[in-house]
Amino acid sequence: MWRGRRLVQALGRSPALAARGRPLGPGGGRAYAPPAERKRFYQNVSISQGEGGFEINLDHRKLKTPQAKLFTVPSEALAIAVATEWDSQKDTIKFYTMHLTTLCNTALDNPTQRNKVQLIRAAVKFLETDTLCYRVEEPAALAELQKKEWDPIVTWAEKRYNVAIGSSTSIMGPNIPASTRDTFISHLASYNMWALQGIEYVITQLKSLILSMGLIDRHITVEKAVLLSRLEEEYQIQRWGNVEWAHDYDLCELRARAAAGTLFVHLCSESSTVKHKLLQD
Amino acid sequence: MAALGSPLRTLRGLLRELRHVSGSAYRDTAAYRHVLAAFRAHRVTSEKLCRAQQELHFQAATYLCLLRSVRQHQALHREYHGRGERSPEEVAGLVGFRLPRQPGGKG
Repeated sequence: MWRGRRLVQALGRSPALAARGRPLGPGGGRAYAPPAERKRFYQNVSISQGEGGFEINLDHRKLKTPQAKLFTVPSEALAIAVATEWDSQKDTIKFYTMHLTTLCNTALDNPTQRNKVQLIRAAVKFLETDTLCYRVEEPAALAELQKKEWDPIVTWAEKRYNVAIGSSTSIMGPNIPASTRDTFISHLASYNMWALQGIEYVITQLKSLILSMGLIDRHITVEKAVLLSRLEEEYQIQRWGNVEWAHDYDLCELRARAAAGTLFVHLCSESSTVKHKLLQD
Repeated sequence: MAALGSPLRTLRGLLRELRHVSGSAYRDTAAYRHVLAAFRAHRVTSEKLCRAQQELHFQAATYLCLLRSVRQHQALHREYHGRGERSPEEVAGLVGFRLPRQPGGKG
């Protein structure tokens, strides 16, 4: 929201500057050009420990969230990863590459104003339309591929959570029993708010609760989860060929988002593991 | 547990990505120190089934995937999407065509 406001201000101040260097469209009007990015306005990025957790400093100024709250994260590793994101911006700040910062902002500001129960309900609702539960009947090769690749993950989830999920070729999807939903709701309730924001993010990226739980439980790698999530696309690519600026672009973006979400969940819910290791030293 | 390969390979990949992010001074960054310290702390352990080590390795592999994918995505974005609309000649060139030329001008 604040980025939009800044952009409007920037455009209002100097429309000539904003229009400079852009190609002209066929009618003489301006063709589409991407919005200007903000310059990197800081030199050094550092981390400091405050009362609420770890904070990010950009040249002695504290990083704030879009809603102007102080940016604090619960884990040092997460703070380091966020600081690395800010430090890796070269000339301009490219927010679309800063997935961990975005996730932290979402968790801090909670722009949708949802509480824990609503977050869990939104996450479990995805099970009804889970990618892995919808199968095709034709082409036969794709149906076979889905069975071969997706069935083991669904079986793993059924065993791990002791639930029934199943799959379907009908547009209505599989009949998922209420006990399955209750099991997932009570399992997700054991995560804190930060981790839940991350879990919901991963689910909406992969379009699958089952794949997301496979990632959170460290059963499959990010690369594998993304491959399974894009199985039909991969099949079509094999058949019709790969287009770098669409297929590879989507693949990299989805991998980055899924990896950021998974890392975020693990870093926000791991305090007990860290204490455990510290006692050993 | 997901198959991750050798931890050393993951560490090398991570250091390569961090070097790419921060340039030659990457050894001075907090991320470099944190990654090395974490890998060292989990190298030897008395636990029979070392769950913590596997968890750390999974985390490292996830972070490696994040850094690598962001770099690749940014490169593709710069190449294909970051410069606004293309001219008809450029678009034709993308798919290996050339626009027809007429020696006497249009007509």
